[in-house]
Amino acid sequence: MVAGLTKGERQFAIVISVVLALCGLFLAGAGHQRPLGVHGLLIAFLGIATVFVVLSGYIAPEPSEERLSSYYDDPSKAGIIIAMIWAIFAMFIGDWVAWLLAYPEMTFDAAWASFGRLRPVHTTGVIFGFGGNALIATSFHVMQRTCRARMPDQLSPWFVLLGYNLFCILAVSGYFIGVTQSKEYAEPEWYADIWLVIVWVTYFVLYLRTLARRQEPHIYVANWYYLAFILVVAVLHIVNNLAVPVSLGHAKSYSAFSGVQDAMTQWWYGHNAVAFFLTAGFLGMLYYYLPKRAERPIFSYRLSIISFWGITFLYMWAGSHHLHYTALPHWVQTLGMTFSVMLLVPSWASAGNALLTLNGAWHRVRDDATLRFMMVAAVFYGISTFEGSFLAIRPVNSLSHYTDWTVGHVHAGALGWVAFITFGSIYAVVPILWKRERMYSARLVEVHFWLALAGTLIYVFAMWNSGIIQGLMWRTYTESGTLAYSFIDSLVAMHPYYVARAIGGLLFLIGAAIGFYNIWMTVRTAREEPLEPVADRPIASDTPAGAVQPGE
Amino acid sequence: MAVAQRDPHTGYTTTGHEWNGITELNRPVPKVIWLFLAATIIFSVIYWVLMPAWPLVETYTKGVLGVDQRSSLAENLRIAAADRASWTQQIETRNFAEIQADDSLMQIVRNTGRPLFEDNCATCHGMKGQGGHGFPRLTDDAWLWGADPATVAETIRVGINSTHNETRVSQMQAFGRDGILDRAAILDVVTYVRSLAGAEPTGDERSDSIAAAAEVFAANCAACHGESGTGNTELGAPDLTDESWIYGGDRQSVYTTVYRGRQGHMPHWEGRLSALERKLLTLFVLDLGATKQ
Repeated sequence: MVAGLTKGERQFAIVISVVLALCGLFLAGAGHQRPLGVHGLLIAFLGIATVFVVLSGYIAPEPSEERLSSYYDDPSKAGIIIAMIWAIFAMFIGDWVAWLLAYPEMTFDAAWASFGRLRPVHTTGVIFGFGGNALIATSFHVMQRTCRARMPDQLSPWFVLLGYNLFCILAVSGYFIGVTQSKEYAEPEWYADIWLVIVWVTYFVLYLRTLARRQEPHIYVANWYYLAFILVVAVLHIVNNLAVPVSLGHAKSYSAFSGVQDAMTQWWYGHNAVAFFLTAGFLGMLYYYLPKRAERPIFSYRLSIISFWGITFLYMWAGSHHLHYTALPHWVQTLGMTFSVMLLVPSWASAGNALLTLNGAWHRVRDDATLRFMMVAAVFYGISTFEGSFLAIRPVNSLSHYTDWTVGHVHAGALGWVAFITFGSIYAVVPILWKRERMYSARLVEVHFWLALAGTLIYVFAMWNSGIIQGLMWRTYTESGTLAYSFIDSLVAMHPYYVARAIGGLLFLIGAAIGFYNIWMTVRTAREEPLEPVADRPIASDTPAGAVQPGE
Repeated sequence: MAVAQRDPHTGYTTTGHEWNGITELNRPVPKVIWLFLAATIIFSVIYWVLMPAWPLVETYTKGVLGVDQRSSLAENLRIAAADRASWTQQIETRNFAEIQADDSLMQIVRNTGRPLFEDNCATCHGMKGQGGHGFPRLTDDAWLWGADPATVAETIRVGINSTHNETRVSQMQAFGRDGILDRAAILDVVTYVRSLAGAEPTGDERSDSIAAAAEVFAANCAACHGESGTGNTELGAPDLTDESWIYGGDRQSVYTTVYRGRQGHMPHWEGRLSALERKLLTLFVLDLGATKQ
């Protein structure tokens, strides 16, 4: 890792780590005997540890100039492994939380193990830990390939990857010790938020710098999506997390917004986190790995344009559908609902573009579980975007809101779409990154696929059932015109579905664990002969942009 | 610049761009996409015309239907209340005894009272009013403040040791912790109190406990619980001679009660539940015990 850095980069890495450690020490002192102090010590420790890691490799010879004629894939490799570690950890917590809902006594009377703390550990762990690392790792891979250019330096991708994981660790460890600003999917407190801004801007700049170095005349669609993801998440993160800390020595802060404005800002953020983190970023993955694996041209370039601009423009307005029938003014709800309805068309256009790209390659879908992962992802993307637009319609929402239907909808997207496209992409990219011919075991990919599909279907069907039953029970009246069921009646009715959901989640978790084993064995197993695809290297940067590529 | 190539499978040409082997077909957007896009946009525009939709500088477009979620909610509540009026008026105006004698009204009380009880009371008193450790059973005859409906209704209204201005107040002193009685005296009182309820001795009792404790009881406990230990509904002091124990009737539990004292808490429901709902709950709770017997 350090051997790949130039002398100057090693020095800069030490400077950054020392500054980070000093910031940590400051927070440790200012927040002494408070949760912030714990985080300060953690930051200081990680900063100092990084200094030692860099120093231990400091005297290694500088990387040769030859590196410039290859892609820089070390951060992608690390990112894939880290993503899988997060996946196992956070899906385990998710399944624990699922059992906890069926058997509430499983908190063991411990504060850290209460539902309110474990749930954000699960959501942050899967969305940011698993999803985020997978996005960063694949985006580095995809942007270099589609630009045919190496990243401009070796330090900033490491800074982005490791800095991002520091944010994730601060977030998750904070929940256990009670640090949260109580905004869904934006729980981390101000100091972690500020750190993420620094990391994220570096990511954005790194992406732009690589694009600027590109040797292709045009920018491929995958890059549009990755770039939209990075840019919009930065905007969302900064605005929604505007807050005033109680003091520099306290983790607690108060939002700049209050009341219904706070709620609206939060769900503008929350829904666009779905849009630009969980959709745009992963569409970037889909647009590269699916046609690559299927070896088919994209069904329609023009359809890509319609979908991209439709999605980016319309999603921005849809957040208020999370606040139907609340103190939010009626007109804002109308806008949220109608834009959500219009959003269906570009969403389905994307899913359709992906699925129709497979025309002429369906025999591969049948034979190759990796490609099948991506195909199913596109199907679930279509299903969950239809469901999303449907649930955004006010009268429908009056039944579904606050029920498990929402949870089922989110997981149709999160498991069926996001995790499936991620696993498919990881299985496609791991052999390329480690220069292996194929994954260690195609059978295990197959087993993972069926476990994941079974788990997702069990989960989603259980939540559809329980959500609709809940919604109906809450609005059933007796002949006298009063509520027929108490809340606890609906809880009792939910119990079997909660058990089914936890079993579905368990299948999904086992699948991910098998996937991790398969990836690990692929990396561990020595290749018989070095596999270096001739085409998988950048064009030397002195060649003018738009030059004819080999093979054309 | 790359040259567009024809895809043999579809017959379309590519756009001529290629990224690491990926190409795109130069195929027009399918008509169905335009169709649905137009349909959803037309739907939205119509919806905007009908409903409150777009912000103006100081107001917003109200929509030609004149719908507003606040007024429609108020209207729905008014209609629902009117539908219920046929029986709610009777519950509100007639007295407890009349309602309890009216079978059809009591059927409504049972149906509407159950979700009300389970949503508000069951957390402490149990789904069937069976009570739990520290929370009185509601299905027996032991009533701390009295069993008549007006008293029960008042307890629901103001709570016990609650934050209501007129709350019922009831406290048992911590005889052991505050040094009023020594350990031996408490043990004797425990034996005595358990004997009042006719509890079987466990064999740990001193032989002359009861005689010794009678005096201690008279001096320390009788003021609230009465000389014979039958309790006092004026003070919310439990009857010690029945089989009902809020905090448990075994020697350890009674010892803990005498040693640390008790100050049970019941929230007040005035301000949270309407007078009608509290009256329904009163009737429902009393009916729990009545139907049980």
